[in-house]
Order: sequence, then structure tokens, then C-alpha cells
Amino acid sequence: MTHDPMAEIRASFFVECEELLESLQDALSVMADHLEGDGAQDTETINVVFRAVHSIKGGAGAFGLTALVSFAHRFETVMDELRCGRLVVDHDAMKLFFQAADMLADHVRLARDDASGSPPGSETLLIAVEGLMGERAPEAEEEEVEFAPMGLSFDLALPDLGGDPDGTAPAPAEPDMGGHSWTVRLRPFDTLYASGNEPFHLLRALSELGSASITCDMSMLPEFDALMPETSHLIWTVQLTGDIEESDIRAVFDFVEDVAEITIIEGSDSAASVHAPADAAAPDAPVAAAPAPLAPALPVPEALPVIDQAADQPADTGPVRPSPPAAQAAIPAPQAAAPSEAVAATVRVDLDRIDRLVNLVGELVINQAMLAQSVTEAGLPANSAVMNGLEAFMMLTRDIQDSVMMIRAQPVKPLFQRMARIVREASAAVGKEVRLRSEGEGTEVDKTVIERLADPLTHMIRNAVDHGLETPDRRREAGKPDEGVVTLSAQHRSGRVVIEVADDGAGIDRPRVRDIAIRKGLVAPEAVLSDAEIDNLLFLPGFSTASQISSLSGRGVGMDVVKQAISALGGRIAITSERGRGTRFSISLPLTLAVLDGMVVRVAGETLVIPLSSIVETATLAAEDIRSLGPETNVIHIRGGFVPLFDLGTELGYRGPKASYEGGIVLLTAQEDGSRAALVVDEILEQRQVVIKGLQHSYGNIPGVAAATILGDGQIALILDPGDLVENATGRTRSADTLLALAG
Amino acid sequence: MIETRSQSSAEVELLSFRLAEQEYSVDIMSVREIRGWTRATPLPHSPPFMRGVINLRGTVLPVIDLASRLGMPPVEGDARNVIIVVHAGGQSVGLLVDAVSDILALPRTELQPPPELAADLAHSFVQALTIVDGRMIRVLDLSAVLPTYQTEAA
Repeated sequence: MTHDPMAEIRASFFVECEELLESLQDALSVMADHLEGDGAQDTETINVVFRAVHSIKGGAGAFGLTALVSFAHRFETVMDELRCGRLVVDHDAMKLFFQAADMLADHVRLARDDASGSPPGSETLLIAVEGLMGERAPEAEEEEVEFAPMGLSFDLALPDLGGDPDGTAPAPAEPDMGGHSWTVRLRPFDTLYASGNEPFHLLRALSELGSASITCDMSMLPEFDALMPETSHLIWTVQLTGDIEESDIRAVFDFVEDVAEITIIEGSDSAASVHAPADAAAPDAPVAAAPAPLAPALPVPEALPVIDQAADQPADTGPVRPSPPAAQAAIPAPQAAAPSEAVAATVRVDLDRIDRLVNLVGELVINQAMLAQSVTEAGLPANSAVMNGLEAFMMLTRDIQDSVMMIRAQPVKPLFQRMARIVREASAAVGKEVRLRSEGEGTEVDKTVIERLADPLTHMIRNAVDHGLETPDRRREAGKPDEGVVTLSAQHRSGRVVIEVADDGAGIDRPRVRDIAIRKGLVAPEAVLSDAEIDNLLFLPGFSTASQISSLSGRGVGMDVVKQAISALGGRIAITSERGRGTRFSISLPLTLAVLDGMVVRVAGETLVIPLSSIVETATLAAEDIRSLGPETNVIHIRGGFVPLFDLGTELGYRGPKASYEGGIVLLTAQEDGSRAALVVDEILEQRQVVIKGLQHSYGNIPGVAAATILGDGQIALILDPGDLVENATGRTRSADTLLALAG
Repeated sequence: MIETRSQSSAEVELLSFRLAEQEYSVDIMSVREIRGWTRATPLPHSPPFMRGVINLRGTVLPVIDLASRLGMPPVEGDARNVIIVVHAGGQSVGLLVDAVSDILALPRTELQPPPELAADLAHSFVQALTIVDGRMIRVLDLSAVLPTYQTEAA
């Protein structure tokens, strides 16, 4: 219940860090691409890298995260060399930069978890990165972190409001002399003062950059009686001349750019001061409009993002949080010819609120189904007003449902970036040259799905690098380039998302896989298996093709765990492999975990839902299919195999066992471990999507029951978990399993 | 919050209801709403007093047959019965009872602890007794009535 504002600020710093790290990765990837291409690097990308590292350092300094600050500082120093063009990027440097970015992420994570110290290898890596600077490397001098408290001395003459002797004649006509002149307009928001910032320091820092002439617009200052000390009324205009880059000026405002309106214009445009009072006349005018009239012809760096990102502007002190990295990314250096495309405005919302919205929409959908059912039962004519209204209502509901589900959807990009790191680490560990190609990074999937995909994907990527790809000399022998390629792709396909991990390695060595499976007793030696069946052996528990245990394999996790994790998400996984050409794993997942495709059945008067993903086929039983294995154990003979028979009515305690199952309807289900079961039901009603309602919260865990849903008639139907049901079935059936295993 | 408030005030408000010709009551502060009877979806492998779950405006609400829970013959379960939705100990539960009878406001001093009789199952669920218009009304201890799911799930 304790509310700690500091903890909140800290938390939001780490969220921002994630975004900054993401943009850092992005920019590095762009740099790597440039390197592959013509080798020329564009300054803006390097600036993004620099700024990301710099911003992390800045925030970390404010929280006293010394290890993080010192790492970021030294990384930044190297990036600064790069930015100044004193360092040329080559393949090795790029590799180091990527590693440093990974390490920076580790540092951030450590700091977030309140752990002190540095991740292992941090110092070694830093020295390697700093080695890039050659003899220019600073003598490992630990520059004082710039967030040491600043001594406040007022002996420094407040930059003359009238104008500095040098600044009285700002030479706007001398840009060629290496001196630039700038007009900087600073209009603090109330939040600037509230966050403990002080314009005086900013103005002092600005005037230290060069010769400055500062004017203060006090026209917005109210009468003394009406003066609210906490509110902001002053606007400063600074005319700066000197050898100053825009980035220098930006750096001054680094920590106030979201609490003040800052306009930086090249040239000593006196229009700024002329226009300022005009703004002042309408203090409530939208901020976005303010910079526009200043100098339409000049590149006004903020004009674009301000207009496109109205939601991001902190001017409205509403609940919308600004997203600083987005804002930064959108501020192109004026000399950059084409401004980077407008960044979409985003809102950061607590997941709980979204979940509540999802629940409410779930209710709406159920309510609509109930309404539709009763309207249909009322037997109104099809073109009556009620029917038309209902139709429109149903369409609206569907739209709302789609939109709400979309809120939870996130692009897979951060996940893919994590995988890029896995590839880098894995390839370094096994000494292979590997490039990760990712496609469809913008594909959106439900947040929970993304979170739960990380582990299986990590495993598959490691597998691809370790087992999938050959060693460089093997590749050369096969006439392939040394560098292996792992492709990670995501795409939407008919209401599901398909994620593929493909490598251009040797493909699955099927005879060997078969041998191993026989040796491990997983298949009978005389069994005839198709290629696909052999490939699927990889998913069996306890299967491993690694001939030797490398640092990556031997973790006791196999593809069976991957398959389990995927099916837990309601997904399916498939392998295709071509000898000498590579292997491809395809994962097909539902877009959301809030809705499930189910088969609605009736058992002993109760309506139940069985996930469609676990049903292989449905069949009607004939007398000769049913074999008795014991007094109360039945199996059915289907497609050449024996499958244990479970009467759902009995298993769930709705009724006693039936005398005969002849003519009964069975659903054949398959589990991840390959075991099958036949579930007897009375009637199959329909297939439909159901909204999943958790049961655990209201009633603990029930064996065999995964969740509940609400049907169109308002009744609750239980959603079964066939795997759990079979596992929890009584001992007699378990012995049947054993019998089958022995037989099979 | 709610409990401390009702305990600190001298008055207590009770919702009384009938259960197999006996009168019971619960603290009105724990009552969320009263619903007409709806068929509950039975839960497999649950104790006999669990009637199952019902749809309470989109949430899954477990319903307890209070008579059965107190060791009496189960409530029939027809249109005349009602479900009292109570919230106690961080969870919401529906109590299936015969009929709601009254809302009583009485001084806290009129609540008497039940005599130590033991043996009778219902007594361990009764927190206090009181006499209103010559009728004896039992005040239920909700925390004892609500099952602890964790142990049952195991």
C-alpha cells in the first residue's frame, strides 16, 4: 500500500532503458547493414547510438547506479570518437559494438534487480572496445561522472540579460567562419520547476557554449496578486554565437526536454522574440502551434514531432506519459536531408487496465450471444428493426473485440532482438560465423504470447546454431559461404501467427536420428518410418542428436520441452528439412490467449468445451472397435493402434460407466508426448470460439479442467484439458497405458 | 476496512434468511447482492456441498449449498431459492439458501456467543446467537463456511 514516487520514477527509467536499448540495437543493425553495403555510415544512425548510450548514462547517474554509469560512459566515449569521424567501423568493431550493447543491457538488468557490481566480462569487453580508439584511448582516466552535485555559486555573473559584449553583435552572416549562430527559445512548463530543475542553470550552461545574449519575455507574468509561484510564466530567448553544434545545445536540455518547450533555430532569428509575446497572449493555445509561426522556412526540428505526436507532448499534464526515446528518435538533426519517418505516438498503460478491458469485452461478447439467442427464440422477422439493430450491434461488438485484442498485441521485434543476441552468443560459443536474418519484425502478437515464446525460441535458435549449422570448413566443403544464416520470421496467416526458425545448415541426418531413436528404445528397430515421422522423433522426450555435449547443449532441455511450451500456448510446431539445404521449424500460434477455438460437446446433460488444438479426429464407435482390457478398461482399435477409452461422463463424475459404448461418439485427442486417448461424449454441438475465464481464482485447481467459459445461454461451460484429464484418470486406466506402451 | 467499521459501531445490521425451517443471518456488510436461483454448472471432483459455478455478469462464481455445508439435507434448488453473494476473506462466493427473510438492525450487545455444545456440525459455523421477536437467529461465521480451496485442490 506504500506509495513510493521514487520507485515509480525508477521503474519508468528502466522502461525507458528498454526502449533506448531497443533503438540502440536497431541503429547498430542499420550500421551493420551499411557495413555490408557500401561501407559508408550515416551520421544520424551513429547519433542515435550515441544518444541512446548517453541517455541511459544520464538517467543512471540520476539514480546513482555507478556501475552502469561508468560502463555507459566509457562506451559513450568510444561512440563519440565514432561520431566525430575519428574512428572507422569495420567488421570487428561492429561485433564489439554489438557485444557492448548486450553488455549494456546486462548492466541495466543488474541495476534494475538492485544487484551491485558488473556482469562478468564487462571490463574485458570495455578494454577491447576502447582498444578500437588506438593511441587516442584516454589513459583509462575515470572521468568524473557529471552528476556530482554542482556547487552553486552565484558569483558567476548571470548572463547579462541585456547582452554580452561579444553577443551584442551576433554575426548572423558568418556561418562559414566555423561559428554558428543559434536562437534558442526556452519555455519551461510547470513540471520543470516541479521536477527540481532550474532555468538559471540551463541558461548558464548555454552561455558557456559561446557568446550568448539572453532576453526574458515577461509578458505572461500576471499581476503580483494573481501570481502562482509554482507556475511558469517566463520565456527565455537566447541568441548564441560560436562554434556550437546543435547537439551541444540539445545536450544542455537533455533532462528537461520533456518538461519544457525548447525551440532551437539556426540563425539569429529575431522573429522568435517578436513572436513570443503573441504566444503569450494565448497561454492556453496548443503548444504544437507555437513553434510553427517562428520561422516556417527554417528547419524547425521539433515542428514535425510536435504535430505528429500530440499525444506525446507533455504539455497536457494528463495521464499520457511521454515516450522520450520516441521523441528523441524523431528529432532529426537539421542537416539530415530526409527526416526519419514520423514515429507513431504511443501510450504506456498498466497491463491490469487492459486486462480489465479485455474481460469487459469478453462479457460484452457473451452478452451479445445471449441477446442474439433470445431474439432468435422470440421468432422476429428477419428484417425487423430489432434484427437489424442486433446485426449492427454484433458487428460493433466484433470490431470492439478486435480492437481491444489489438491493444494487447505487440510487435515481435523486441523478442527478435533478444534472439539476435542469442545468435551472437551462441555462435561465439561454438565458433561459427552466423548471421541472423529477421523478417516480419512488425508482426503483432498478444503480449502474453510473446513473453512465453522467449524460452522456446531461445532454445530453437541455440539448436539451429549448434546442431543445425555446420562448421565453417564443412560449409566450405559443401560449397556454401562460411557464414551460416539463421532466419527468424513472423507473419500472420489466416488468423494465426506463424513464427519460423530456419537455418541453411546440413538438414536433419535422418538415418542417424533413426539410429539414435532405436538405440534409446524410442522406436522398434523394424519400424518403417516416413521422413516426417523421423523428423518428429526430435520432439520425443530424452532425444538428443548432439554427438558431443557442447557448452550449449547438455542443458537437459530438449525439443520436447519446446513442443510442450508451444502447445501450452495453444500452438503447433512442425519441422521441414532438406538434406544439405537446412531445417525449418514452423510454430503456428493463436493471436491471443483470451479466446480459444473449442469443440462444444454434451456429456450427461452438461455442456463442455474441448480445445480444438488437442483433437485429432472424431469417430463413431462400432462394436468391433471396442476391446476390453480388463473389467473396467476399454481400448479402441483405430487406424491400426490401440487407444485407451475414457468416458467423460464417468471421469468427471457425472454418471457411472455405460454398459456399452457401441455407437458412441469419440474424440481422438493427441498429447505432446504422442500419447493418444479417445474421449467418449454424448453429442457434438458445434465448433466455436469461446472466451476463456480462469477458474483457479474462484475455485482452485480441478483435475482435468483448464478453465471455464460462458455460453450464449449464460450458462458456464467447463473447458477441459484432455492431457491433464487422462493423467489424473483413475489407476485402472493408467495401467492400460502401461499395457499399451508395452504392446506398442 | 468494512469489518473494522461494523465492529467498531455499536449497531450491527444482519441479513437474515431461512434454511430448512431455521433462521440464519450474515453481517450485511459482507453481502454483495442477492440473486434468484440459476442452475449451477457442477464441478467435477468437488465436495458435495459445492453446487458448482454460475455466471455472475461475466465472472465465474462458486456456489455453496449452505444447508448441505451445515450438515442438513441439501437445498432443493428451484425458482423459489435464492443465492446470496457474499464477499469474505478476499473471495466472492454464492450461498444457496431457501429464502431471504429480513434485514435486522440491533445493538451489538444483543449478540450472544453460542453455548459450548460441540458435536453438532452447524455450531462450528455459528458465530453468535440472538433473539428477535421471539425467534432465535444464528449469525454465521463466514470464514468457517467458505471452503479453503488450496487444501481441497491438493
